[in-house]
Amino acid sequence: MREVKTIMQSQATYNYKVVRQFAVMTVIWGIVGMLVGVIIAAQLVWPELSFAEWLSYGRLRPLHTNAVIFAFGGCALFATSYYSVQRTNHTSLFLPGLASFTFWGWQVVIVLAAISLPLGITSGKEYAELEWPIDLLITVVWVSYAIVFFGTIGIRKTKHIYVSNWFFGSMIIAVALLHLVNSAAMPVDLFKSYSAYSGVQDAMIQWWYGHNAVGFFLTAGFLGMMYYFVPKQANRPVYSYRLSVVHFWALIFTYMWAGPHHLHYTALPDWTSSIGMIFSLILLAPSWGGMINGIMTLSGAWHKLRDDPILKFMITSLSFYGMSTFEGPMMSIKTVNALSHYTDWTVGHVHSGALGWVAMISIGSIYYLLPRLFGKAEMYSTRLINVHFWLATLGTVLYIAALWISGVMQGLMWRATNADGTLTYSFVESVKASYPFWTIRVVGGVLFLVGMLLMAYNMFKTIAAGRAVDDAKVLEPAHAH
Amino acid sequence: MDINDLRSITTVLLFAAFIAIVAWAYSGKRKQAFDEAASLAVGDDDEVPRGGKGRSIDY
Repeated sequence: MREVKTIMQSQATYNYKVVRQFAVMTVIWGIVGMLVGVIIAAQLVWPELSFAEWLSYGRLRPLHTNAVIFAFGGCALFATSYYSVQRTNHTSLFLPGLASFTFWGWQVVIVLAAISLPLGITSGKEYAELEWPIDLLITVVWVSYAIVFFGTIGIRKTKHIYVSNWFFGSMIIAVALLHLVNSAAMPVDLFKSYSAYSGVQDAMIQWWYGHNAVGFFLTAGFLGMMYYFVPKQANRPVYSYRLSVVHFWALIFTYMWAGPHHLHYTALPDWTSSIGMIFSLILLAPSWGGMINGIMTLSGAWHKLRDDPILKFMITSLSFYGMSTFEGPMMSIKTVNALSHYTDWTVGHVHSGALGWVAMISIGSIYYLLPRLFGKAEMYSTRLINVHFWLATLGTVLYIAALWISGVMQGLMWRATNADGTLTYSFVESVKASYPFWTIRVVGGVLFLVGMLLMAYNMFKTIAAGRAVDDAKVLEPAHAH
Repeated sequence: MDINDLRSITTVLLFAAFIAIVAWAYSGKRKQAFDEAASLAVGDDDEVPRGGKGRSIDY
């Protein structure tokens, strides 16, 4: 039997090198991005920490968001998509040289962001702050990523294209579209450009981009990760493949229209704002389709959660995904938004998604990958993964609970009026009242960061005891036997 | 026919496409193909067997 199997195997090997590079950098950039997050959270509590202009809150905040979304999240997406696209299609990566270019190109983008943002070089568009030369480099790297990814699917040995590839693929296409449209700008010189759009159109395009960056980069991409790594770690097929197909298309059809909820009660026409709200409410269904599908994959095997911290990360991430995709539609309702917008509630909501969902599913997937990439049966310490899990969970809960309270409090204080119509509180009174909650946020952030440091230690110990696996043979698809 | 009619037609067509996808996904004929597709992830053995440093891996 084994001989038959050996004969049927081709000599080709999976390209683990680029996966390994991205996986290791996920952990490194995660630490950098979250450290910057902790620093700016501390600056809100102790403003004297803002002692140099390039270390000031306004410059570090975009560095934090870019580092955690595009450096940490981006590297995690590259690593997991390159691994799963090869394994589920039973073929090595298309154009390995170009795949290697996507790694180095993406790292150069990250380093340029880390230099230019503290220097104050920014186009001022949220989550798209990088100036036009870096935007051009992003475009080249991203198109290369698309060629490698879809090329690999093109040379697949299987009949079907597994669902995780659909999610990753939609992420790659949508992000290309969003980046090209929103980054269109007129350069003044090498370091400054102005948006090709103006006024309310510019705002709408920015939040069409912004919300779909959430919908495709931070949701579809990480759902792709979920659809591969949750079934693998649980060793069970996905709960309902049909549901995965239906909620995929529902998500694709719906997300594109939800952006205007970022611009309620602005110069945006009321009808546009209403459409954004309605599509945001509809989004609950496809979002929960994904959450239910992921969590129910464990149905009948719940005991696995007891002693598998990697699975704990994944299932907890899905719980946070479910929570934040319930909270999001609720916050898009205009009357709720009237209370929540511009307050800490928004920031708490974002972190429930970012720490709870995106970071935890990435962390679980990277823990799954590392031993396989470095020739070990498991991570150096499973106990440390468990400690990391509890630090991350506690950190996230402290963070979001604190900002829920401060956010609702701020909203209520800002809208409170006296009998004669004057404001009950000055703005600074709401700032003063927020301090205790901002301190709790720093504690939550520090806990999450310490967890990432444990992960780095665990990773380097695993690497030291292992070897770089470059001889994982490409297997024939099972039904070819 | 103005641009808004076109927009309405597009919306209706997209909705019809979605209903068609749901019908297709839940038709009995697709069951076996979906089971095969689902096995592409779990059916693929990527475990590293227990062993010491530098041990060649027998996949």
